[in-house]
Amino acid sequence: MTKVSMTIDGVRYDDDVEPRMLLVHYLREVAGRTGTPIGCDTSNCGACTVLLNGMSAKSCSVLAVQADGAEITTIQGLADGEWHPLQRAFHEEHALQCGYCTPGMIMAAADLLRENPHPTEHEVREGLEGNLCRCTGYQNIVRAVLRAASEGVAS
Amino acid sequence: MTVTEIGRARTRKEDARLVTGQTSWTDNIQLPGLLHIAFLRSPMAHARITSVDVSAARGAPGVIAAFSGADFAAEQGSLPCAWPVTPDIIIPAHPPMATDEVRYVGEIVACVVARNKYAAADALELIDVDYEPLPAVLDMEAALAEGSPKVHEAGNKSFVWPLVNGDMDAAFRDAPVVIERTYRQQRLIPSAMEPRATVCEPVGDEFTLWSATQIPHVLRFLLAAVLGIPEQKLRVVAPDVGGGFGSKLQVTAEEFLTVLIARKLGRPVKWTESRSEGNLAVHHGRDQIQRIKIAADRDGRLRGLSVDLLADMGAYLMLVTPGVPLLGAFMYNAIYKMDALSFKCTGVFTTKVPTDAYRGAGRPEATFAIEHAMDDLAAELGMDPLELRKRNWITHEEFPYTTIAGLTYDSGNYEAATAKAVELFGYDELRREQASRRASGDPVQLGIGISTYTEMCGLAPSRLLGQLAYGAGGWEHASIRMLPTGKVEVVTGSSAHGQGHETAWSQIVADQLGVAFEDIRVLHGDTAISPKGMDTYGSRSLAVGGIAVVGACEKVIAKAKVIAAGLLEVSADDLEWTPGRWQVRGDPEQGRSIAEISLATFAAHNLPDGVEPSLDSDAAYDPNNFSYPHGTHLCAVEVDTETGQVSIRSYVAVDDVGVVVNPLIVEGQLHGGIAQGIAQALYEEAAYDADGNLLTTTLADYLVPSAADLPTYVLDRTETPATSNPLGVKGVGEAGAIASTPAVVGAVIDALRPLGVTDVEMPCTSQRVWRAINEAKGGAR
Amino acid sequence: MIPAQFEYVRPGSLGEAVRALGGGGDDAKVIAGGQSLLPLLRLRLAYPSLLVDIGGLGELSGVRDAGDALVIGAMTTHYSLIGDPLIRDHCGLIASAAGTVADPAVRHRGTIGGSLAHADPAGDLPAVMVALDATMLATGPGGEREIAAGDFFVDYLTTSLAPGEILTAVRVPKLGHGWGFRYEKFQPTAQAWAIVGVAALARRDNGHVAEARIGLTNMGTVPVRAHAAEAAASGAASREALAAAAEHADEGSDPPSDLRAAADYRRHLARVLTGRALAGAAGLS
Repeated sequence: MTKVSMTIDGVRYDDDVEPRMLLVHYLREVAGRTGTPIGCDTSNCGACTVLLNGMSAKSCSVLAVQADGAEITTIQGLADGEWHPLQRAFHEEHALQCGYCTPGMIMAAADLLRENPHPTEHEVREGLEGNLCRCTGYQNIVRAVLRAASEGVAS
Repeated sequence: MTVTEIGRARTRKEDARLVTGQTSWTDNIQLPGLLHIAFLRSPMAHARITSVDVSAARGAPGVIAAFSGADFAAEQGSLPCAWPVTPDIIIPAHPPMATDEVRYVGEIVACVVARNKYAAADALELIDVDYEPLPAVLDMEAALAEGSPKVHEAGNKSFVWPLVNGDMDAAFRDAPVVIERTYRQQRLIPSAMEPRATVCEPVGDEFTLWSATQIPHVLRFLLAAVLGIPEQKLRVVAPDVGGGFGSKLQVTAEEFLTVLIARKLGRPVKWTESRSEGNLAVHHGRDQIQRIKIAADRDGRLRGLSVDLLADMGAYLMLVTPGVPLLGAFMYNAIYKMDALSFKCTGVFTTKVPTDAYRGAGRPEATFAIEHAMDDLAAELGMDPLELRKRNWITHEEFPYTTIAGLTYDSGNYEAATAKAVELFGYDELRREQASRRASGDPVQLGIGISTYTEMCGLAPSRLLGQLAYGAGGWEHASIRMLPTGKVEVVTGSSAHGQGHETAWSQIVADQLGVAFEDIRVLHGDTAISPKGMDTYGSRSLAVGGIAVVGACEKVIAKAKVIAAGLLEVSADDLEWTPGRWQVRGDPEQGRSIAEISLATFAAHNLPDGVEPSLDSDAAYDPNNFSYPHGTHLCAVEVDTETGQVSIRSYVAVDDVGVVVNPLIVEGQLHGGIAQGIAQALYEEAAYDADGNLLTTTLADYLVPSAADLPTYVLDRTETPATSNPLGVKGVGEAGAIASTPAVVGAVIDALRPLGVTDVEMPCTSQRVWRAINEAKGGAR
Repeated sequence: MIPAQFEYVRPGSLGEAVRALGGGGDDAKVIAGGQSLLPLLRLRLAYPSLLVDIGGLGELSGVRDAGDALVIGAMTTHYSLIGDPLIRDHCGLIASAAGTVADPAVRHRGTIGGSLAHADPAGDLPAVMVALDATMLATGPGGEREIAAGDFFVDYLTTSLAPGEILTAVRVPKLGHGWGFRYEKFQPTAQAWAIVGVAALARRDNGHVAEARIGLTNMGTVPVRAHAAEAAASGAASREALAAAAEHADEGSDPPSDLRAAADYRRHLARVLTGRALAGAAGLS
């Protein structure tokens, strides 16, 4: 067992974990933050995307011990009293159906807008290449991200 | 002033929990003492199991139990196939955990139950299984050949199902033009984003099963029927379910075994699938060889169509496996008039993952084949493919129209949808650009694909299902519960897994009862809350389940009338209904709102004699016909003839799904369906090696496209109401996936026809396109 | 899926890391960003006994100007490579190729050292290093060692790093005046591995290509240097001439046949893409 401590959505956690424990399992099963789901084994689907020290990471492809000392933001920590503009935009633009990809998609989009506050449609599509959705055909996701951008999310 | 809810682009009620991470996926469920199951799966496509030793696994740290098939042999029964399509169909026994033979890579042979999933995964590696290899059977044609190794003792042919209407001999005799083609529908993996998961909690002799399923009601019935668990002691819950597309329209080995393990151990257990496990175990879709023959006159008029299908069942018949190709049988004639139709489907066993419903289930295959064949016929005749379609389609004036397949299309307007699509697309302009690129020998060629599709939604009239030997009905159930405060609970037997029923049903009920959209809550997906239902598949929710909701509302309104008359001390005959209120005709001040009636019913102080104190209702609706959405999809692709790479330049879809309850949701369904159809056309294929190993076990190998791979879709609608139901709705869940595949593939081939290319097998990967070009040039294949 | 058990250490210095790796036996492995390793662990395609996590070694991160070369720390992420001003000014090909690796989240954590030491011939950076004539810097129990890129990749997923050696940095010569570059990646979907990739560099002089260097991705068990095409490109002054030179691109390669593509198609793609990459690098597209 290895000691890890990290801050998840503003709350500090200290635990002993097996070194092989995946960060996403730590989030879901140790910290009880089940808002972040798991969709694949190979870091292709992006459903488990979180912000790790402010940058997007696929929490299924990070060991919990690698995140020692890190600050993690999940979909459950994104809203600050009110919904984050991306959460609002996803709702308004009907950018989700089953919603399984949504936590990862929103976190990836948050990272995208941090990097590029005013992306073109093409840049949004390219920026979300690591997040798969099987329901929406992506059109409304792209619209939602552009809408959030136009509302000045990054500021 | 009342606002009509039907037709409003309401944002969804479901979203609040989904965008904030408060969703209740099955894998989120925690129970005290919950144990974790891991399944060991066969690494062999076909083998006799000579021994399974789980003793080392039993002794591993954290392990509570380990089982092999022998441990369940006496009680596990056989996974059900509910659709014995012919009287002499071969339905092989299908034990949830294999006992003596395995027939595909991924079949369950043993399991471990441990205190956590890490320990379970470790112990799985300690199970020792001895296999005696048997020959894999992978190719359908080879499987049917004399002397082929057998998948099952009874043979590799499960059934042959024929349909003949009209005089085929007359249609084909002396036909001026006959074309014959063979198309292949590759095998697909549905790839819902949420992998499957189950949790079972036994309490005494009662069980609650949570499962990521589309069909909690059907599952409950079949678990009870097969395992002998009294139905009243079994509760099935489908919590938030992360997509299905048919893949969760199944009664699975894992669900059976989860219940059996919980029963054996008397402790709650959970199983969560990984993606790479799921690709090996969730049923696959499509996988057909389609031999098509069309007879036509020189002017393009269709005379007859012959369809000879080989459909890969995989190793076993799952819930509706044999019925899937039959759902297409009635759709090969599509929107076209013709004199004769013959359809024959042979179900073939192979040592691969069983196939079953995947978005569209039979109709995408049929639509692809007929649209492709129409393009091929147009090329043969030297005619514009759109013109050929116009010459053959059912005209607007001809509805209702009974097709050669025997279905009666109640309504449609192919002219209107096509005209709109052609204009949005800039059809003539693109044809001009295509001509100039052809003339200049541009290495990047332009192709235009057309899909003037229809499909059948709203599965299904129960009588018809009976005639087709399906094991259940096609009705749906709904209840309305009026709460004392005037708020409304709607209970639906449709089981949503991303479609937005909570929103759409609220809109329907708001209009029917005249209550506010916000005052309505929709409940579903739990047999203890929603005891009756046929669940969600086959684009049936709105066209069947939605109509049941209307029926339930009507019953509440009728009850309310009697109560209102009593409260107002007038004759019920003097009352008139305005949305939300019964009032005295000619004296509208005198009336009671539905909320007031509801409260009065709750108090029950002043109810008329003989009126029970309840303003709730139950309704079931059995459709008398399918509904038939249609539309015209046009796709332009650019093909880099040097590399074979295809890129979609524009995509226009004009769909007619009848009355639209919520345009946001309808557009979303179309976007997603179109994307899945494009994925079949260009990207996805479940590939096997010569030994029967699935090569596409992960999303690194099975290429589900991302936002960066897909185009922007330009959507529009025409609205020709269905006449078969009171809302005029048709359904939209599968339309996009049915329509788009032939439009895209047609565009690819259209780009290459001048080079001599007549077909590119799906998916049209760059390599396949390059080879097709080379082959047409007489070069290397 | 879930990785099998392993021991784990997080050394505080490179020396400690080398000692830990040396003491860990044959099945000890270094983990950098983990973006190649984690999927292998989860699918149980790798069973390391010990993981030595060099993620905490800040000294291995970043790009340093070393006169006529850049020294790139092994732990420098793809993300950092893309945005690094030194890379942009002196070795833009690296940024260009790094920008095509997987997706943004993976690029945040995946490192140049990790992807080179993983030595997947379908990875994008190995071919770039071969084209750039980069030098790998490794530290092991016997001290530091330099390995030319061409000698570093020895087989599929296999490098010439000795047991106990850790790749610490890559030294790449600065591209001087007149050099252009282009990474042409051909992939079936945006986040998929390259079917074929071409890393091309061209130095233009007086309207013609004076010198070209070409590395090929996924055209063999190791990244391939397309020497014949390089030679043929020398002196070319038109797009057509470069396309003709590119006809030699697959010479000496031994591309795999797999689910994505057969060898003959890969050879064809290598020729077509090399023509395009050279034209791009030479500014003739």
